[in-house]
Amino acid sequence: MERRPKSLVTSEDNRTKEGALKAGTVLQQRYQILGVRGSGGMAVVYRARDLRFDKVSRICAVKEMYNTAPEARLRQLVRQSFEREANTLALLSHPAIPHIVDYFGDQDHVYLVMEFVEGDDLESLIDDSPEPLDPDLVTSWAMQICDVLDYLHNHDPPFIFRDLKPSNIMVNPYGQIRLIDFGIAKVFERGQRGTMIGTAGYPPPEQYRGLAEPRGDLYALGATMHHLLTKRDPRQEPPFSFHEHPIREANPKVSTALEAIVMKALEYDIEKRFASAQEMKAALEAASRPAVKQAPPASTVALSPDEALVSSAEEIAPYWAFGCEDEIRSSPTVSDGIVYVGSYDYNVYAVDAESGKFIWKYPTEDVISSSPYVWEELVLFGSEDHALYALFKDSGRIAWSTPTKDRVRSSPRVALDHVFFGSDDHHFYCVSARDGREMWTLDTGSYVRSSPAVSQERVYFGTSDGSVYALDLLTGKQRWRFATNRTVISSPLLHDDVIYVGSMDWNLYALDAHAGWSLWSYRTQGWVVSNPAISETFGLVYVGSADGNIYAIERDTGRKAWSYETGGPVTSSPAVANDAVYVGSTDGRVYSLDARRGDLRWKFDTGGSVVSSPTVSAAALFVGSRNKHLYALPL
Amino acid sequence: MKILGRLLNRERPTLSPGDEARRSPGIEVGAITALSGGPDPNEDALLTLQGVISRGEELLPLCACMVADGMGGHAGGQIASDLAVRLVGEWIVNRIYRPFLSQPDDPAGRQPVSQVLMEAIVAANGKVHKACPEGGTTLTCALVLGSNAFLAHVGDSRAYLVSRDTIRQITTDHSLVSRLIELGQITAEEARQHPQRNVLYRALGRAGNVEVDTYLQSLPAHSAVLLCTDGLWGAVSEEEMLSIIGTAPTAQAACNHIVDRATEYGSDDNVTAVLVQV
Repeated sequence: MERRPKSLVTSEDNRTKEGALKAGTVLQQRYQILGVRGSGGMAVVYRARDLRFDKVSRICAVKEMYNTAPEARLRQLVRQSFEREANTLALLSHPAIPHIVDYFGDQDHVYLVMEFVEGDDLESLIDDSPEPLDPDLVTSWAMQICDVLDYLHNHDPPFIFRDLKPSNIMVNPYGQIRLIDFGIAKVFERGQRGTMIGTAGYPPPEQYRGLAEPRGDLYALGATMHHLLTKRDPRQEPPFSFHEHPIREANPKVSTALEAIVMKALEYDIEKRFASAQEMKAALEAASRPAVKQAPPASTVALSPDEALVSSAEEIAPYWAFGCEDEIRSSPTVSDGIVYVGSYDYNVYAVDAESGKFIWKYPTEDVISSSPYVWEELVLFGSEDHALYALFKDSGRIAWSTPTKDRVRSSPRVALDHVFFGSDDHHFYCVSARDGREMWTLDTGSYVRSSPAVSQERVYFGTSDGSVYALDLLTGKQRWRFATNRTVISSPLLHDDVIYVGSMDWNLYALDAHAGWSLWSYRTQGWVVSNPAISETFGLVYVGSADGNIYAIERDTGRKAWSYETGGPVTSSPAVANDAVYVGSTDGRVYSLDARRGDLRWKFDTGGSVVSSPTVSAAALFVGSRNKHLYALPL
Repeated sequence: MKILGRLLNRERPTLSPGDEARRSPGIEVGAITALSGGPDPNEDALLTLQGVISRGEELLPLCACMVADGMGGHAGGQIASDLAVRLVGEWIVNRIYRPFLSQPDDPAGRQPVSQVLMEAIVAANGKVHKACPEGGTTLTCALVLGSNAFLAHVGDSRAYLVSRDTIRQITTDHSLVSRLIELGQITAEEARQHPQRNVLYRALGRAGNVEVDTYLQSLPAHSAVLLCTDGLWGAVSEEEMLSIIGTAPTAQAACNHIVDRATEYGSDDNVTAVLVQV
């Protein structure tokens, strides 16, 4: 075959504005360009007619590649590399591999003439489809690809495709596939400088450290299948992130068996993938047999490992349960081996943390929903009888009380020897922790049921008109006010100069503690009256929502890390300890979740709605229930 | 009132470092961008908008700054990075600075900062994509509010948190090699030499949509946020950055020294750094 070009076209006259050859141009006095079939990167593929067969219209594909190497010697190397590859290709013979007819080239371009393949490439098919492709169709293509990969990998010498992806796979109207690009273009893409955008999306990670081996092609096949089955283009995603996007989430029509095969092909560790294309094909065949796809009959549904864990873990027994005469909505506090909790039976109770034995109780004039707070020798709490009480924590005798003009549902906090709390009389109070004398008050114009967060300089709380206030500790002067769109009952959490607070407008807010700017907000699907909690270790903020979920929100980004759905609105506030989050739900259960991932560790059914928030000591978890009991649970 | 005042005077703990920072006249910003030795135009861009607002006796620093590293032929990179910082800067002025000036006591109804920054970058992405289809750019932006920094980031420019004796990369590079390091395929050292070390999987202006990483970083007293393009972090080690920032008399001097060092080491890329010290 004549290698020296006779009529190579490089003249500008024969090219369109885009640089492609115009229709009618004849290459090598033999291949007449009919039009552009496709283009990408450094190559254009033309539809051309082979003039050697002048009696019939024999159509072929001509692929034109640009040799852009900057120096003459490099260009020479590129050409040689191309010729070597073209010669290798000419040796391959498989129904899924198009025949090479000819090749030629000059200083600027090289051309490869191939059998023309009818049909569409899989990339255009998935791009044009409004939905992920049919799993059966994808499986049948994948089995054919396994066949051709098996041929290539067992060729002498073995041939690694290296660049398997939807745009390199054609399917004809009979459902037969062809591989159309044998990575030849690659030799033209070296030597680029400067920052570039784009990853291939399909190649295995080891290929980027120069390792090309058969199981890398299986990874690329897995990546291709993932794209076709989910319609999620891996080139638009962080590289190698398939495991973060479960196939069945995007396309429930995919069987678990097929999903497992694709994910096995996509293992980072080569050894964990299928050993060969044949093995992968066998797995695909097995998965496509109808018997395997049938779901087990409903009566014999096996427990998933998660459910199995739950059913055994659910059997945790409380250390003790302490009964009151009415509901417990208040959250317990534990200090020096004693648990303090308020009840709707008007009493505050002191109970031995280890044994659950009654120590003392103190009766107020109305129900108690405020949660006790221990400061030095005192237990402080509010009652719906309008007063704030301070009791001696050892005896339960009263030290002092401060009247307000309406119910006190807010739970007090102490800083610098002063107690801060709110009342339904619209006022926020600062009183002396020593004797209850009023230091200052602020009329907010609406109920104050949120419990304050205090720093050395400021106090933060929410009100029923939707405001979050920051006041000066010293003077009660307003520093800033942030308006949410609904009532704020949730108590602010102050951490690292950021205030986290929920609102009944469904959002959890992160506010700058100094300026009151909203840093981020996360919208749940229900009221957020639960108080946020934070894990420093995982950088997560936890909060419950009336939408039934407990949420873990990334502190740094305001994005959801995970959520866990309970059986009812979550108004209880989470407690964080020992890498676990504990929270109650109105479905009657107390949940223990893995703080990092949100997996269920155990749940405990109290039989009554749990709106009380758990408190954790070194030894146990304490929580109240509307079934009139206070529980001590194992951690 | 008297009692509380006395109590507070007596019992008030000595000012914590955070309080001290809050009482300083604000923040100090240094910025520099330098051409590489090569023939390429400067594809880096930077922007700083520095301010201090008083609230009663308290001073609230407010500073937006960003760096961008453009990519793409036919000056596309230069246009993209320049356009991106100006668009994002304009957005921040309109959505953060302006509302603050017109309604200083009403932070209500204002959008969360994270949302403003994210929308700024998404909007800039659309405009850059349209104006300059050949180009793209990284963009790393920090908004410092009091002792919190909010960051928004696309690409492989970086934000570091620098404190007295530690330096920590806050952002994640959206680069192929950073993913390969994460997966244990290559080492950080191999990444420096990797033929595809400049390949990004995410950049501003390269597609109709862009996903933006945001971070909330609280700033301890005497800490700093360093924003820089790969021309700097690719040439100067983190230990050296830390030592230069720790010894330089001012933020600007630190920026100058750090860029000099990158040039000394023969960084063949543009070098851009912005340092915000609180």
